[in-house]
Amino acid sequence: MRAPVVIIGTGQAGFQAAASLRAEGYDDPVVMIGEEPHHPYQRPPLSKAFMTGKQDAQNIFLRPSAFYQDHRIDLLAGEKAVEIDRANRRVRLASGSNVAYQTLVLATGARVRTLPIRGAELDGVCYLRTVDDAIDIKTRLEDARNVVVIGGGFIGLELASSARSLGKSVTVVELQPRLMARMVAPLLSEFYRKVHSGQAVEIVLGAAPVEIRGQDGRAREVRLSDGTLRPADVVAVGIGVLPNFELARDAGLAVSNGIAVDAYLRTGDENIYAIGDCAEHPNVFAAGRVRLESVQNAVDQGRSVAAAIEGRPHRYESVPWFWTDQFDVRLQMVGLSMGHDRIVTRGDPQSRKFSVFYFRKGRLIAIDSINRPADHMIGRKLLASGVALTPDQASDESLDLKRLPPASPSM
Amino acid sequence: MSIFGRKEKATATVIYVSPAGDAREIAVPVGDSVMEGAIKHGVNGIVAECGGACMCATCHVYVDETFLNRLDPMEATEDEMLTCTVSPRRPNSRLSCQIRVTQELAGLIVRLPETQV
Ligand SMILES: Cc1cc2nc3c(=O)[nH]c(=O)nc-3n(C[C@H](O)[C@H](O)[C@H](O)COP(=O)(O)OP(=O)(O)OC[C@H]3O[C@@H](n4cnc5c(N)ncnc54)[C@H](O)[C@@H]3O)c2cc1C
Ligand code: FES
Repeated sequence: MRAPVVIIGTGQAGFQAAASLRAEGYDDPVVMIGEEPHHPYQRPPLSKAFMTGKQDAQNIFLRPSAFYQDHRIDLLAGEKAVEIDRANRRVRLASGSNVAYQTLVLATGARVRTLPIRGAELDGVCYLRTVDDAIDIKTRLEDARNVVVIGGGFIGLELASSARSLGKSVTVVELQPRLMARMVAPLLSEFYRKVHSGQAVEIVLGAAPVEIRGQDGRAREVRLSDGTLRPADVVAVGIGVLPNFELARDAGLAVSNGIAVDAYLRTGDENIYAIGDCAEHPNVFAAGRVRLESVQNAVDQGRSVAAAIEGRPHRYESVPWFWTDQFDVRLQMVGLSMGHDRIVTRGDPQSRKFSVFYFRKGRLIAIDSINRPADHMIGRKLLASGVALTPDQASDESLDLKRLPPASPSM
Repeated sequence: MSIFGRKEKATATVIYVSPAGDAREIAVPVGDSVMEGAIKHGVNGIVAECGGACMCATCHVYVDETFLNRLDPMEATEDEMLTCTVSPRRPNSRLSCQIRVTQELAGLIVRLPETQV
């Protein structure tokens, strides 16, 4: 019997790689190694439907545990990989044993950035990445009155929305002068500021937490750079993540803002791939190399790597998409908007149903849709096929985007 | 870890029919979605990338005509998400994550499309 395909990481990407291998009929052994004690689950509900109680914990799992037995996927949950021995093609686990591989897939994801200020170690200062983190925050919210969210990105704002929906008094503190600054156009940042303010979430922009003060070891208030003090029973921190690339780096593989891979998701070692949140890859929808943090990217890279392992490699060229749910507003994003030089809107922002189209050098690169799912779904097709859409066409609501002529061969 | 624990729940049968015509009868807990019933019982052909958030349209099904008017009408969001589905949209197209299983829907038949992605 051949040595197994070994997948390190039991998140969305690792799961998809294993599931796709089996779905495509791959027959050799498959082993998954995961530090978390659970079988693979989804993270998106953790800040949203799970946090508000709309979705049970039992409904977040990607598959029931029987799936892994039925598909002969050897799931080592609660095991941490500590070293890759490339010369002997094996992975050493923290528990001491070694697992040999034929092909290794690194799907180690990312971990939260922690707050480097005084008082950050106090009880009640929380981060959200895992289901255990989510259960902890959810439990704390039960008795909390005041919640301070540090970070006005997706996770911070989703947490703010959930906590507010649970009746908490919520303040969001964001260092940048606008919300979700890295991800969306200023017009959308402003839209979201109004959405949150309209729900009585206090948004503090251009300020940073300087110190968390506590009593008996428990967080009580946050002092901000603007001099104000904010009462807090829970301080929820969402200031971004760091890719887990240390295993790869220590094994001599190239890393930058993630584990560096080529268009086939392969590292410099032909037997080792990297996928999902940990992988920095060339992306045709970006102006260069990127590391994406999304379900779409984890799932599609999982599928691509499975195909490559089975001997049907193809370039990773899936259209990026992402979503966030906050209060009654759904944002769906397709494409990658960084580097845009022009935006136009379709629909009226006042109506809370509109889309923002992003262009770079006259070419459509991304669409963000607020409560307009059809624009998003059409956008996935437009971007995949490279249809030439002009800014004027994008903003013309009398034009049916579904009926655009097919792409010219040069695109 | 009681939070993961499963309470005993009433179920209703949902019949999933593959494109090749193979039918699988699953007892789905009342309150779960038709999508969740498929995922928890290993029914192939429902992908559900977004996990039921009505964000991916990879849980597309064709609902048997006899059940169509017994379902709650779809919301605008679901209707729009069915734009540009990978397998063609038909009048009986629905997203299975948006159909909650009830006692009244016992025997519900859904047909799975050729492909979801
Ligand atoms: C609260 C929250 C909400 C989100 N919402 C959305 C959303 O709405 N839409 C969206 O598209 N995306 C969302 N995301 C992002 C999405 O969940 C991630 O992009 C996705 O989970 C990435 O999957 P992954 O498998 O690459 O990494 P991860 O999910 O991080 O999984 C990596 C796994 O590897 C394990 N691991 C790491 N190192 C080792 C080691 N040495 N040995 C063993 N195991 C190891 C980790 O413990 C972890 O379980 C959200 C994320 C969070 C946290
Ligand atoms: S599971 Fe994603 S839309 Fe139904």
